[in-house]
Amino acid sequence: MSLPLEEREMAVVGCGPAGLCAAITAAKTGADVVVLDENDRAGGQLIKQIHRFFGSRRHGAGKRGYEIAGELERESEAAGVEMRLGNTVLGLFPGGEMMVEDRDGVYVLRARAVVVATGASEKGLAFPGWTLPGVMGAGAAQTLVNLHGVLPGRRVLMVGAGNVGLIVSYQLLQAGAEVVGILDVSERVGGYEVHRLRVQREGVPFYLGHRVVQARGRYGVEEVSVEEVGGASRKVFRADAVCLAVGLSPLAELAAMCGCRMVYSRELGGFMPWHDGDMRTDQPGVYVAGDAAGVEEASVAMEEGRMAGLSAAEDLGAMGRKEAERAKDEVRRFLWELRGGPYGEAKRRAKESVHCA
Amino acid sequence: MGDKENPGGRVGRHPVLDKFTGGREVVIFVDGEPLSAREGEPVAAALYAAGRRVTRYARHTGEPRGPFCMIGLCAECCMTVDGVSNVRTCRIPVREGMRVDTPERSSG
Ligand SMILES: Cc1cc2nc3c(=O)[nH]c(=O)nc-3n(C[C@H](O)[C@H](O)[C@H](O)COP(=O)(O)OP(=O)(O)OC[C@H]3O[C@@H](n4cnc5c(N)ncnc54)[C@H](O)[C@@H]3O)c2cc1C
Ligand code: FES
Repeated sequence: MSLPLEEREMAVVGCGPAGLCAAITAAKTGADVVVLDENDRAGGQLIKQIHRFFGSRRHGAGKRGYEIAGELERESEAAGVEMRLGNTVLGLFPGGEMMVEDRDGVYVLRARAVVVATGASEKGLAFPGWTLPGVMGAGAAQTLVNLHGVLPGRRVLMVGAGNVGLIVSYQLLQAGAEVVGILDVSERVGGYEVHRLRVQREGVPFYLGHRVVQARGRYGVEEVSVEEVGGASRKVFRADAVCLAVGLSPLAELAAMCGCRMVYSRELGGFMPWHDGDMRTDQPGVYVAGDAAGVEEASVAMEEGRMAGLSAAEDLGAMGRKEAERAKDEVRRFLWELRGGPYGEAKRRAKESVHCA
Repeated sequence: MGDKENPGGRVGRHPVLDKFTGGREVVIFVDGEPLSAREGEPVAAALYAAGRRVTRYARHTGEPRGPFCMIGLCAECCMTVDGVSNVRTCRIPVREGMRVDTPERSSG
């Protein structure tokens, strides 16, 4: 059986901030670009972010995530990007061939340039009872509550006091759930001060230096016991949901599948395709951007997307080398700024070691 | 089969959001029982809204499992939908009259 084959100049996998910026940037140089996403809405993680972002104007500071997603979507349309939602890329093969599933079946798409911008997946945390219904990723809870308007539970224990744990806790409160506590093995709150203060003002207790011992229940979580790390104190919560906000890993199996060399970085969340500062992988015609190239944040994902779009346009001949370099210099400057400060510094060093790996 | 109290439920008034996925109210059948759901929302969300957290039972231990990622990655939410087995209920939108069944324990 032969599958229908479609040939395109450039294909982007993932309609998050990274993929959309890659697509917009390349399309503006005149390249023919199609972007695919398995979701039926464009914007990736941004569509469930209902808080206002920080950062600079260029990256949509002061706007809510879903508003930024809407703007990027309109910009893509204006740039002539073809957006294919509800299309899952099942496989990517050397030579830029990908197998895609849509509502009607499976087809093959071949592109001279492919940008992998598939984002990240949530890490799990194993403890007795972690497989019970009601234990879920914090991102899963966020999807339920902010996209579908459904509560993951009435009384939620949040595991992880990084930004994701803090933000999702606040969003659960906004939706009317009770957050019985935010727990972290670390003695410190990892997330930003503003996010911490928001939940603390609502009276949510923090259990720092604590870990989950066990979740129990018949058809799902009913209670959770926790203990102080290395200490004697124990506590049992009545809770019907446990949300895990214990980190994200790059989701880049497609790149691995087509032969990209993978490298590890603890700081950036795990294995990711090796790439240079221009977001080229070691496979010709394959680029990577955003969380799939190491977990950072939306503004970095946008700049990396722009960089990947410029490299692809340059390699496709849609843009001259000099012109591309000028545009890339600007992106490099923004990336440098974004990776400033104590949080960014560590990410920058990790990125540099990926480039050299 | 499930909890006595509803651990899930729908969000009421919200300070920021006013629109969620899902349109008109329709009826679907879960293990033969009618359940009201919103057309277009993921089946897993409709189940949670009705307080049903169990989607399947682990093949060997028989332990209950429920949605974990809500984005189609973990397969914990797989059920039999309109006779098709192993459908990820977090990715499939509600249609009127849909039949959703807990997978046979032996074929998990
Ligand atoms: C709770 C939370 C709060 C956050 N808050 C902030 C914040 O305040 N500020 C900030 O800067 N950042 C924030 N972030 C981080 C930010 O959302 C991400 O860094 C950013 O969205 C990454 O963009 P991306 O384009 O790389 O990936 P994503 O946005 O994850 O997009 C990837 C897309 O690829 C699609 N995809 C994946 N695999 C396939 C496939 N095989 N076929 C087709 N499509 C596929 C997915 O459906 C998805 O739409 C937050 C993240 C979370 C989870
Ligand atoms: S909840 Fe993970 S695949 Fe559906």
